Amino acid sequence: MSKPKVAFYWCAACGGCEEAVVDLNEAILGVVNAVDIVFWPVALDFKRTDVEAMPDKSIAVCFINGAIRNSEQFEMVELLRRKSQLVVAFGSCAHLGGVPGLGNLFGRDALTATAYHDVPSIANGSNVKPVEESKTPEGTLSLPKLWNTVKSLEQTIDVDYYLPGCPPPVKLIVGAVEAILAGKLPAKGATLAPDIALCDECSRKDTKPEKLTVTKFHRPHEIVIDDEKCLLAQGLLCLGPVTRKGCEGACTSVNMPCTGCMGPTSRVEDFGAKALSAIASIIEAKTDDEIVAVLDKIVDPAGTFYRYSLPASLLHRRREPQSEGVHKS
Amino acid sequence: MSDSTTPQNFEPRIVAFFCNWCTYTAADLAGTARMKYAANVRVIRTMCSGRFDPQFVFAAFREGADAVLLGGCHPGDCHYMEGNYKALRRFFLMRRFLESMGIERDRIRLEWIAASEGDKVQRTINDMTAAVRALGPLSMEKRALLHSADLSAAIDKPESRPAATKGGAA
Repeated sequence: MSKPKVAFYWCAACGGCEEAVVDLNEAILGVVNAVDIVFWPVALDFKRTDVEAMPDKSIAVCFINGAIRNSEQFEMVELLRRKSQLVVAFGSCAHLGGVPGLGNLFGRDALTATAYHDVPSIANGSNVKPVEESKTPEGTLSLPKLWNTVKSLEQTIDVDYYLPGCPPPVKLIVGAVEAILAGKLPAKGATLAPDIALCDECSRKDTKPEKLTVTKFHRPHEIVIDDEKCLLAQGLLCLGPVTRKGCEGACTSVNMPCTGCMGPTSRVEDFGAKALSAIASIIEAKTDDEIVAVLDKIVDPAGTFYRYSLPASLLHRRREPQSEGVHKS
Repeated sequence: MSDSTTPQNFEPRIVAFFCNWCTYTAADLAGTARMKYAANVRVIRTMCSGRFDPQFVFAAFREGADAVLLGGCHPGDCHYMEGNYKALRRFFLMRRFLESMGIERDRIRLEWIAASEGDKVQRTINDMTAAVRALGPLSMEKRALLHSADLSAAIDKPESRPAATKGGAA
């Protein structure tokens, strides 16, 4: 009997998810023995034409990481969807839009202007900007079209399962692969991680006060952090109470507050809204001025609470004036 | 309905979350006292202003609301002791987030209205309706559709896609 075929692909991502696959260490040998990897651009030399030549649904499972923000990524995930029986959104970017999703606070034109013109380290005297087509003596060259709005994977194609995390914890990846190989998968649409908040598995859980209140927020470099005490109780902005567990406190165990990469539990629709709500609620101040003074320490609410989930949020993106809101093609 | 979104005939749609014990009772009082106020508000009763969740506000915007009004008991008067303080803290943080999302301050408002202040319900709703009328439609739901234009453009015009170059994706 032939081995099940597996594919990996990356879109708008940093490469950390690919690292996570390599982080399987010895376990990856077991995976390689059990499956046939038919497409993995970062590690193996297969081309798009190879995928196009495969029969539809011939890939058992395709792991896709990264957000979708240009026409080429969209074509590739559509193609892989056609060729695959199962598609797993792998990592925060594919799951909820991820860090690239913060581009939705600005939009295509503002991002291009910053990257090619405004940043101090750019020397772009001839004002070169990326264009979709450029004519050269040798012929016309083309680039993918950059979208105005960054999207999560499920906003572009049908997704069967989600593996959250930035990157997904090795243990969850192994669990997912084993479940797929054994054919013991939960119902379609499930997130392949425990459905309870991080505090539940945090090593500091026992030190979380009965009534948690914060009088002042600190950033991690501003204070000497107690190794054992609940980070929120120390005034560090930890999103553990609203974030799905499964990472075994990878950050909190080394004195870094949770930033919410695992996303929400199944009871929450909009991660950032719930995170913002939870954090604001525990502030002790009662008057307008005092509350505003405490909140001023949170310098970037959008980037703090929606670091991994702006595209998947209820509002998706920053509102633009009506005239600019219309897609320019 | 399409008329109401043209600038000349724009009638703001305001979703209000009023707490059961103070503001909702005040709205009831305004009604029994036959006070007239703008018919632009759709009131939803919650047991406490502390029940308000930013998800409610964002969902209202997504479903077509032009503004959201929150009403609760005056500080110190909360039926559940602390709920209105929680609402106040969330409100301030949420408003800062909404500003970074390009949504104007006047589209979200929190007012303390006691059960006896029917006139304040009238005044608040009239003021807010006028302010939002001046701002114009928010149209968050239409914008969400517009931005999927990125996607539909790619689907509608396959011929406009860049030709697959050799080794394209890899």
